[in-house]
Amino acid sequence: MTTAAAERQSYRFDLVLLPFIVGLGFVAAMIEVARSPDPRMVIQGWTFAACMAGIAIWYLRRYAVGAPDEERGPYLDSVIKAGVIASMFWGIAGMLVGLVIALQLSFPSLFYFPDLPWTNFGRLRPLHTSAVIFAFGGNVLIATSFYVVQRTCKARLFGGSLAWFVFWGYNTFIVLAGTGYLLGITQAREYAEPEWYADIWLTLVWVCYLLAFLGTIWKRQEPHIYVANWFYLSFIVTIALLHIVNNLAMPVSLLSTKSYSLFSGVQDALTQWWYGHNAVGFFLTAGFLGIMYYFIPKRAERPIYSYRLSIVHFWTLIFIYIWAGPHHLLYTALPEWAQTLGMTFSVMLWMPSWGGMINGLMTLSGAWDKLRTDPVIRMLVVSVAFYGMSTFEGPVMSVKTVNALSHYTNWTIGHVHSGALGWVGYVSFGALYCLVPWLWKKKTLYSNALVEWHFWISTLGIVLYITSMWVAGIMQGLMWRAYSDYGFLEYSFVETVQAMHPYYIIRAIGGALYLLGVLIMAYNLWRTVRTRAEATEPSAMPALATEAA
Amino acid sequence: MRHEIFERHSMLLLIGILIVVAIGGAVEIAPLFWVNGTVEKVDGMRPYTPLELKGRDIYVREGCYLCHSQMIRSLRDEVERYGHYSLAAESMYDHPFQWGSERTGPDLARVGGKYSDEWQRAHLADPRSVVPESVMPPYKFLEETPLDYRDIADELRANRAVGVPYSDEEIADAQKDLEMQADPGSGDVDAFQKRYPKAQARDFDGNPKQITEADALIAYLQMLGTLVDFKTYHPEAPENRR
Repeated sequence: MTTAAAERQSYRFDLVLLPFIVGLGFVAAMIEVARSPDPRMVIQGWTFAACMAGIAIWYLRRYAVGAPDEERGPYLDSVIKAGVIASMFWGIAGMLVGLVIALQLSFPSLFYFPDLPWTNFGRLRPLHTSAVIFAFGGNVLIATSFYVVQRTCKARLFGGSLAWFVFWGYNTFIVLAGTGYLLGITQAREYAEPEWYADIWLTLVWVCYLLAFLGTIWKRQEPHIYVANWFYLSFIVTIALLHIVNNLAMPVSLLSTKSYSLFSGVQDALTQWWYGHNAVGFFLTAGFLGIMYYFIPKRAERPIYSYRLSIVHFWTLIFIYIWAGPHHLLYTALPEWAQTLGMTFSVMLWMPSWGGMINGLMTLSGAWDKLRTDPVIRMLVVSVAFYGMSTFEGPVMSVKTVNALSHYTNWTIGHVHSGALGWVGYVSFGALYCLVPWLWKKKTLYSNALVEWHFWISTLGIVLYITSMWVAGIMQGLMWRAYSDYGFLEYSFVETVQAMHPYYIIRAIGGALYLLGVLIMAYNLWRTVRTRAEATEPSAMPALATEAA
Repeated sequence: MRHEIFERHSMLLLIGILIVVAIGGAVEIAPLFWVNGTVEKVDGMRPYTPLELKGRDIYVREGCYLCHSQMIRSLRDEVERYGHYSLAAESMYDHPFQWGSERTGPDLARVGGKYSDEWQRAHLADPRSVVPESVMPPYKFLEETPLDYRDIADELRANRAVGVPYSDEEIADAQKDLEMQADPGSGDVDAFQKRYPKAQARDFDGNPKQITEADALIAYLQMLGTLVDFKTYHPEAPENRR
């Protein structure tokens, strides 16, 4: 494509499509503000209008002052830098909220405020899960995918400012959803809490994301699409599908924050857990496997262990994951055949998961010594080890007899966090530790010693977190089903609540240590950005990976 | 190896992904909408009364489902602790379902009628005043907040649009029905209960001066799991075996 044609094409997005979307968003928000009888909708309207105005001012400034010099390079990197900063901000915020709700369960008399309904557990819990999954994780995925797709395609991001719109639009969604939770606006669908209007906005932003990503692949200078991009693409496409189907709902009115889901009862339950489990499968797994397939070979300077295994891993993983949803509904009113299918596929899922783990770990063949010298690669490798651990635990917990004990208990919380803190957290930290020196053109990180501190403190945090929740969960399950010698239930429910107290405290300590690690990381990254030493970026492709592909 | 075709053509890769991920959902979820017996036929299920529906909105708003399940599994200890295992029919009018995934607090599928209104009030306002070991947040503001039910007819209409069989009469009388359920002196309770069998009409929050959010939430909690007539339900009957 000639430069002139590329310029024309970006103008189509920059001067027509994006201003139109932002303008329409602003008008819609102002109509809600003016007409809605619901004060919560008015607040949401003002929030959204402010975000739209902010984006508009940003665009105008960009065109008045002109894009900074660095944006004229072969790659659009400024949006990735913004993504890195947003990831760190939301990560700290989301983990802090997590610590607060952990403390609420440990010391309810100290951390609940009867006059402040918005600080109650029920409103903060979705704030925590959304902030860490969608705000932190989502920004990491968007930023890394933009980085990886440009480097592996040797092409600049498609669509002018489209990538910037994706960044701002996505973070607008986060702000709208997060403030909504505090106001009590929720669909009561786990990990899909935002209401109908926020869902529509996210759908729009997500289509732009798909377009920016796919468009860059279309422009590629390499004949092959690199394996990391398959995973990113499956994540983007499948999340779109899941999001749209699971959020089908009927608003009470166009001026109301409230909607009722299209499905009810048992059908609604399976639709939600089809979504819920694949939010794990595609958002938290496929997307972050894209990170694994780029950053581990790149950092280790080794090719991916097996190209054939990548192919098998990819297709089997995305095929089998979709079936696993019913394991969230074992022994419930869901028909038996669906439960059995869900359990069977969940057990099968163990194989592709470990195939991916082996592919990631064995990429270090011949470079294992780096585990001693490079704390960043250690973090990446340990993340894959946690991936292996929680993808083994998952199938075990989806076996009906095990699930009879584990379901509804804190074991589930422990399982989720071994995946979230160990796998998603560490692979993200590893990628961010790589990205900051590369993007800001520094030779190294400010301090490897601080990375060591981060690694060991947060590892201790994870160990405390997951072991306490394992013990708590199994204890809970056993107490609920314990019978006395006379054939009566041994424990009242509240005795099991009381028994959780010490484990809730240990969990909170574990979470605090993990947060402390992230604060150390933020300091380290900030100092890295502020150092003077300049360096050139390393070569774009992971070593030998193109030949192998 | 023929995989190259996917690596060289982004749209084929995209279509391939879509087909592969569509299969599982199509096979597992779609049949639930047409296979007979997914939802049992039972006596007693009816849509929520307007006040109960408002209470349910509050239950959703406050995120109660994050700590309380509404799904008693078919396991011996659960049936002994909470009552008959939950049937699919019992949540057939639930948009969305509220089965939950955690039991930080106990299951609520059959909490209706287990405690008095006074207990519910005191417990909601300050859980640790009645259950010292509880970790539940305080909801004192519910009894201090007047219930906003201006849009109740729209809510019934939205529910009807997604399949809840509210009649025109029920939608027209929604506001009146709501007020009467919280203040039975103000209307024809018998006609109301004919439309909504087993509906309980009384001043749930102990404050006759106004209808508060506590009225609505307690009305909802007190009807949970009370509708199905288990005397006429035979789990071993062929049509109920799944």
